[in-house]
Amino acid sequence: MSIWEYANPKRFMQTSSLLLPWVTAAAVLCLVIGLVWGAFFTPEADKFGSTVKIIYLHVPAAMMAISAWMMMLVTSLIWLIRRHHVSALSAKAAAPIGLTFTLIGLVTGAIWGQPMWGTWWAWDPRLTSFLILALFYLGYIALWEAVEDRDTAADLTSVLCIVGSVFAFLSRYAVLFWNQGLHQGASLSIDKEEHVADVYSSPLYVCIAGFVLLFVTLVLLRTRTEIRARRLSALLARERLA
Amino acid sequence: MIALLIRDLRLAVRAGGGFGLGLAFFLLVAVIVPLGVGPEPAVLARIAPGILWVGALLACLLSLDRIFALDFEDGSLDLLATSPMPLEGVVAVKALAHWLVTGLPLVLAAPVLAVLLNLPGAGFLWLVASLALGTPALSVIGAFGAALTVGVKRGGLLMSLLVLPLYMPTLIFGAEVVKRGAAGMAVATPLALLAGITAGAVALLPFASAAAIRVNLR
Repeated sequence: MSIWEYANPKRFMQTSSLLLPWVTAAAVLCLVIGLVWGAFFTPEADKFGSTVKIIYLHVPAAMMAISAWMMMLVTSLIWLIRRHHVSALSAKAAAPIGLTFTLIGLVTGAIWGQPMWGTWWAWDPRLTSFLILALFYLGYIALWEAVEDRDTAADLTSVLCIVGSVFAFLSRYAVLFWNQGLHQGASLSIDKEEHVADVYSSPLYVCIAGFVLLFVTLVLLRTRTEIRARRLSALLARERLA
Repeated sequence: MIALLIRDLRLAVRAGGGFGLGLAFFLLVAVIVPLGVGPEPAVLARIAPGILWVGALLACLLSLDRIFALDFEDGSLDLLATSPMPLEGVVAVKALAHWLVTGLPLVLAAPVLAVLLNLPGAGFLWLVASLALGTPALSVIGAFGAALTVGVKRGGLLMSLLVLPLYMPTLIFGAEVVKRGAAGMAVATPLALLAGITAGAVALLPFASAAAIRVNLR
């Protein structure tokens, strides 16, 4: 019994169909509890007013945007090394979800930034590196769509994911360097995690758990769809031959 | 390897459209920007480092699809892949040829365009140094993008989408060197980081590019 048995598509479909309802229910439960608790049962912060409540969407989404790319990196490596199709398909399935989380992070940040910083957008290191991350997701998804042969597409996107990870990492520290080097005085970003009191952080943890579970749910669901699409095209090809 | 380099250079110079096109584009960017933002010298001096680097980057991007696409179409890439030379070496030589045809002229032409854009005198040396150090990375990274999209029909736009995010660290450090140089500040740190990116890209990316070409020729 090894973990690689789950790389068998049939085994994956069986296991994921068993898991999916539970994970979905847990995700919904965590998100409802976390968001309602965060939005209605926390006091207003003295400096920020009610805008502080956007943290319950912003922070988990931003965390998952990075985690999704990490997951794609791992599954891409597994595909390149062990050639498990489910692995490549799960990377394909995760990319649009990661992009959505990135956009949620950017948009909620802008909505929060408008009243707090007085601007929708600033070329702050964190904001910039997130925008670059969104571009990486876009390129990755576009490459999957553009290459017709599926195994070729899986190989090429895996290579792109690995190289892209290195460059995304470099960009992240490049922009940090760039802004701290010249605009030290205008550091807009407050380190939210360190300043948050327990009243706010407890619902935040529930929300983070909810977003992790939501990500797992969506990846399982989309991977199952990809596997079914693969099976369908195999059936059609067989029919055409017969 | 040298034979391949000479062949690629000859093709670039004689086949028309490749050689000089990037340079002309670079010149146009440097001319268009003052027309767009207005001719005030102070404004131009401030944005000159960024404009010159962005222009060099776009000029490089323009000619990338010529690295592998033509050879892929007429089948010579298959021959190169089955030749005794390792494919990594082929990629490296082709990137070098691209740099000699596109990057090197940009480095040489940059000081002239910097005069047009009113770059402060202290920045000229650093402009040439940063471009000379940074444009090889642009060629190698571009060759990787070209290798990924070589099998895609009309892959030019897709390639820009893939390559531009990869160019960002190079752009940030390159423009930073010129900006600091022009302001008379110390440039050692960004220059070292820029050189590091170039060295790392030149050393490692040919392997990724060769892997991508092997997949595409399969």
